[in-house]
Amino acid sequence: MVRLKEGEVRIPSGCAIAGILNQKGTCFSGDRIISCIASMRQRSNGLGGGFAAYGIYPQYEKQYALHLYYDHEKARSESETLLNRNFKICYAEPIPVRKNSRVGEAPLAWRYFADPREERLQEQGMDEEEFMVGMVMQINSGIAGAFIASSGHNMGAFKGMAYPEDIGDYFRLDEYRAYLWTAHGRFPTNTPGWWGGAHPFTLLDWSVVHNGEISSYGSNRRFLEMFGYRCSLQTDTEVIAYIFDFLMRREGLGLDDTVKIIAATFWEDMGDRKLAWLRHRYSSLLLNGPFSIIVATGNGMAAVNDRIKLRPLVAACKDDFLYISSEEAAIRKVEPVLDKLWSPSGGEPVIGLIDNKVGLLEPKLNGVFIRSA
Amino acid sequence: MALTMLAPVFKVEREESRCIKCGVCVQQCANEVHHLDNGWMWTNDEECVACQRCVSLCPAQALAIKEYPLSFRVNSHWTPATIREIYAQADSGGVLLAGMGNPRSYKSYFDHLLLNASQVTNPSIDPLREPMELNTSLGNKTGSSELSEKPLISLRLPIMFSAMSFGSVSLNVHKSLSRAAYAMGTLWNTGEGGLHPDLFSYKDNAVVQVASGRFGVHPAYLENSAVIEIKIGQGAKPGIGGHLPGAKVSEEVARTRMIPAWSDAISPAPHHDIYSIEDLAQLIETLKVATGYKKPIAVKVAAVHNISAIASGVVRAGADILAIDGFRGATGAAPMRIRDHVGIPIEIALAQVDSRLRDEGIRQQVSLVAAGGIRNSADVVKAIALGADAVYIATAALIALGCHLCQMCFTGKCNWGIATTRPDLSRRLNPEVGAKRAQNLLQAWEHEIKEIMGAMGINAIDSLRGNRLMLRGIGLGPEELKILGVKAAGEEG
Repeated sequence: MVRLKEGEVRIPSGCAIAGILNQKGTCFSGDRIISCIASMRQRSNGLGGGFAAYGIYPQYEKQYALHLYYDHEKARSESETLLNRNFKICYAEPIPVRKNSRVGEAPLAWRYFADPREERLQEQGMDEEEFMVGMVMQINSGIAGAFIASSGHNMGAFKGMAYPEDIGDYFRLDEYRAYLWTAHGRFPTNTPGWWGGAHPFTLLDWSVVHNGEISSYGSNRRFLEMFGYRCSLQTDTEVIAYIFDFLMRREGLGLDDTVKIIAATFWEDMGDRKLAWLRHRYSSLLLNGPFSIIVATGNGMAAVNDRIKLRPLVAACKDDFLYISSEEAAIRKVEPVLDKLWSPSGGEPVIGLIDNKVGLLEPKLNGVFIRSA
Repeated sequence: MALTMLAPVFKVEREESRCIKCGVCVQQCANEVHHLDNGWMWTNDEECVACQRCVSLCPAQALAIKEYPLSFRVNSHWTPATIREIYAQADSGGVLLAGMGNPRSYKSYFDHLLLNASQVTNPSIDPLREPMELNTSLGNKTGSSELSEKPLISLRLPIMFSAMSFGSVSLNVHKSLSRAAYAMGTLWNTGEGGLHPDLFSYKDNAVVQVASGRFGVHPAYLENSAVIEIKIGQGAKPGIGGHLPGAKVSEEVARTRMIPAWSDAISPAPHHDIYSIEDLAQLIETLKVATGYKKPIAVKVAAVHNISAIASGVVRAGADILAIDGFRGATGAAPMRIRDHVGIPIEIALAQVDSRLRDEGIRQQVSLVAAGGIRNSADVVKAIALGADAVYIATAALIALGCHLCQMCFTGKCNWGIATTRPDLSRRLNPEVGAKRAQNLLQAWEHEIKEIMGAMGINAIDSLRGNRLMLRGIGLGPEELKILGVKAAGEEG
């Protein structure tokens, strides 16, 4: 039987998601997020798990941290030729792993800390970010057997085809310290066939973990394609990441507006002219169907449900920490006593920002949305 | 009567034992099929068009209209219709006229598309419990902020009544459809015959047409509208103008159209000020200037072979709404050969145009309205999934008002009071009843669309638009699937 890989076929999934953030930017070990996601094991089926960690590479803060997966050495040499042509690579190494029997056949995982070559940027007439997006798309869809798992600053994605806690152990996440962690346990309805299909899905500093199936996928995808995005993975999550990138980076919208586009106010409740305009202009980016997502970037995370809350999502605060999870139990597992715990309404975002850190995740209107704590 | 080789097409059967000789059929038939002479009922079958008016109104249920028993030897190339058409042309030496839309058995792509539904991995949504949004806005969506937003028209549901001119249809049809459009929060369309002063109060729901004859176009007409539509072509007769026979141009029609009464109203085939795309751009701009940039300008074209290039040109010429009328689109009168052989299906044209406009990055500048042969709510859903923002319906609306599709609109003798301007016939359509029936139809479709969307797990029509993954083709070849941009039934994704 020829088994189709994720990207050649679209695979609906159920899932667990979790996120932990320290508002002061203090870094903490990956143990907590692993313990949190592990307690929701029943929501996964061993065919996908992963983590995004922010603040893990302070020594290479200025460089793009590229995590690459290779199916074979040929893919590595091809990719490295391309990388060397386009980047000055400060440091490269295999990502350290701890083999365990619960993680099956794994691809080679490498990381590179790199700066785009100035002359290449000039040739292409692009800014750094456009250039990076182009490189990611080129490698992911152009080099057989190679996949960029993450491509942001001072962050990385670690993911694969196993239960999330086993992936965490495999990548030795207990040895990393980050101020923001997100995690995902997946229950795909089909075998993804490769590690690239696991969550989180990332682009530049963005990472998305997502629980749900987007029934608007066809509309969303065709809209994004008008602006040069190529949805090579055919996953809902990929589309969500591109929507955030498109609206916040390319269209320059604030997070609050972005949330009001993907989980739009119902017309019968629409009082605000600006919201109506956003809905008119970006109606094809409404995310329909059940979802809960956590979108993270260098300066914080935001979680949001579909507008009629068809998937679980709870949030909690304790001191400087913001917790987000599919289930309350997973939060209580790592923080039994909480200052505050609530279940956000459909379409109502929970936003946690890191103090004194500038980034894309910045509400441009004041007073409309809840900030964490 | 002169010698004719034509045999009747229909046969009127009267059950003598039931007939009470009340004479209703005699009064009702404008074609003078039924006669009552000194207590003797007789019929002239040759004039019967099978409009079923007498059958519906006969209080004794004594009437039935049947196809005339086969009078030609079986021949699958020279069919009875073909033979009759030749007799008719040999009699008259003229072009064959036809009414309503292409009735031939071409493939209906709507009937080869199947819809999706949610199961397990994705919950379906119950429209009785959850909000289900069909709200649709039409116009250019590229305004860069709420302050520079281009004029948009908001509809409560993505179904509008298509163009039918006063003159081709009775004023009571306009009254019925305008009231129904108002009640349902959608638009009706004046067609090219002007806007009767009685209907100025429905201006916020009116699409007013500017067509090649420029009938009834004056400043107040343009102002009294929600949208102005430049009619370039019509699915029933692409490339052909219009001809309203003088007999239908009553005093009131004449006043509304601003032409002399009882004179033929000829719409030229092209607009004589539009011989090229840049001329269209000028007319669009002229209309925008004339109305202070406050209204979306629509352009309606027939679906023809190069429709995607044409569509792209129309959008670049500044149209805010592009209406495409497929080859099933109807008419009050068209040359039969044109109606039956020119143009392409709306499903194909729509898919092609939506894809082309996206490829060119100009899809956001325009709303797409699909027209021509949309029969039910499933067709509406399929059209929207293929890429339409909204649809136009006309034949379905007329059927709701009583049309029985006899296809003889051009005679002006419509027994249902629809395609006629004769006062004795048009008063048969009570506009209050008509409005209610047209409204009921939209309401019924609205409910059905909500059910279909809920089953798909979609609660806003925005997420259905262009969502071709909600469609699967059945019984279509690879070329057809490619053009429609849909996968075959059984393909995952």
